[in-house]
Amino acid sequence: MARAALSGRLTWRAGTLVEARPETPTARTLVLDVPDWPGHLPGQHVDVRLTAPDGYRAQRSYSIASAWQEGGKVELTIQRLDDGEVSPYLTDVLEVGDQIELRGPVGGWFVWREAQQHPVLLLAGGSGVVPLMAMVRARGIARAKQPFRMIYSARTPEDVLYREELPRHVRDDLGFDLFLNFTRKAPEGSPNPPKRIDVPTINTHGWPPDFTPDCYVCGPTTFVETAADILVALGHDPKRIRTERFGGTS
Amino acid sequence: MGIISRGFGGRRRESVPGLPPGQYLTHDFPVLSAGPTPRIPLDRWSFTITTETGGKKSWNWSEFTALPHDDVTVDIHCVTKWSKLGTTWRGVSLDTLLADVETAADYTMVHSFGGYTTNVPLEDLLDGKAWIAYKFDGEDLEPEHGGPARMLVPHLYFWKSAKWVNGLEMINEDEPGFWEAAGYHIYGDPWLEQRYQGD
Repeated sequence: MARAALSGRLTWRAGTLVEARPETPTARTLVLDVPDWPGHLPGQHVDVRLTAPDGYRAQRSYSIASAWQEGGKVELTIQRLDDGEVSPYLTDVLEVGDQIELRGPVGGWFVWREAQQHPVLLLAGGSGVVPLMAMVRARGIARAKQPFRMIYSARTPEDVLYREELPRHVRDDLGFDLFLNFTRKAPEGSPNPPKRIDVPTINTHGWPPDFTPDCYVCGPTTFVETAADILVALGHDPKRIRTERFGGTS
Repeated sequence: MGIISRGFGGRRRESVPGLPPGQYLTHDFPVLSAGPTPRIPLDRWSFTITTETGGKKSWNWSEFTALPHDDVTVDIHCVTKWSKLGTTWRGVSLDTLLADVETAADYTMVHSFGGYTTNVPLEDLLDGKAWIAYKFDGEDLEPEHGGPARMLVPHLYFWKSAKWVNGLEMINEDEPGFWEAAGYHIYGDPWLEQRYQGD
């Protein structure tokens, strides 16, 4: 499937919004019906193109949140950036039944394939959790046995995307562990004070380098730089660390 | 395709000349890379040109920075849609580095510390079109932006301007580098919007 998805020209397709789910006060998931969608791997993204009535156009890239299943939908979780041009339209204006143009899937590097046999460490900063969620969902659907650990750093408990679904994966998917880190405000009664992601957190809740995990790091640039540097300092092979940065795309 | 988004376009970015199709203007300098940022001590830095017959020419850091340099102001265009206009760099022109290199090859593979590669036709590196840059905006190039030194090929999408460069290999036939093998365009002209394979 990956090979098919990467060959030939990527054409623009019309996607119809069939459902919209609020995730947080500033993020929502768009469930899009895209006829003839070729399928995708968890971690890939799409380009979205919007055209204004006067012909003005803008394009942005968004990670795919859903794992692909035959006949399934393409889900994008959009974080609204207040000074953004495209994201506020997608979070606040687009209505069920409306169409947008999509092109993809794109990217053959920041992906998880079921054939990878190593344990997996997912490090998410903010909305960087989106492509990693696709990996968690894909693993759940495939009932894959590779152990996964996710460390997800968010500003406050209210900012956590997939707040209800993530604990369900911990409960239902054997071998999936989740650690939530908060940078500004921890939940009431939490033993862990708010802090930036640091060496003890990754050392305690990640995998030892000896397990040679495949590491995926996604988030804002400062988060990715810090987390990837910590992984290297802890002894992880830089070649097993894949990064994706969300910087300034709005 | 005639999909019009009613209510879209009210917050459009400033329209400026110099933006290729599908790009928007940014004033930040976003970082994009596939893995952790390598930190290369200057005493371990070198840059090597290898020809298709195996000939080699190398510079260490002091030799490299003693070469004649250019100060250039160029626009850069990232495939992820941002463009940054009027960026200022100091670097050594590839014309200088390739002046004494005998080659009949038409293509090159750029190599970086950390294993990243990207392919560029040789003619796209010549005649004042490309540099190995080591200063940005008057300052030493920071590691996350490719320091100590990065390729600067501003007329192609910016992934072709490989960070942390350590070598250039002459090759007879074009072959995909790292991002090109992961689905990105083999050449990457922003004005033709050659983002992905087949564009």
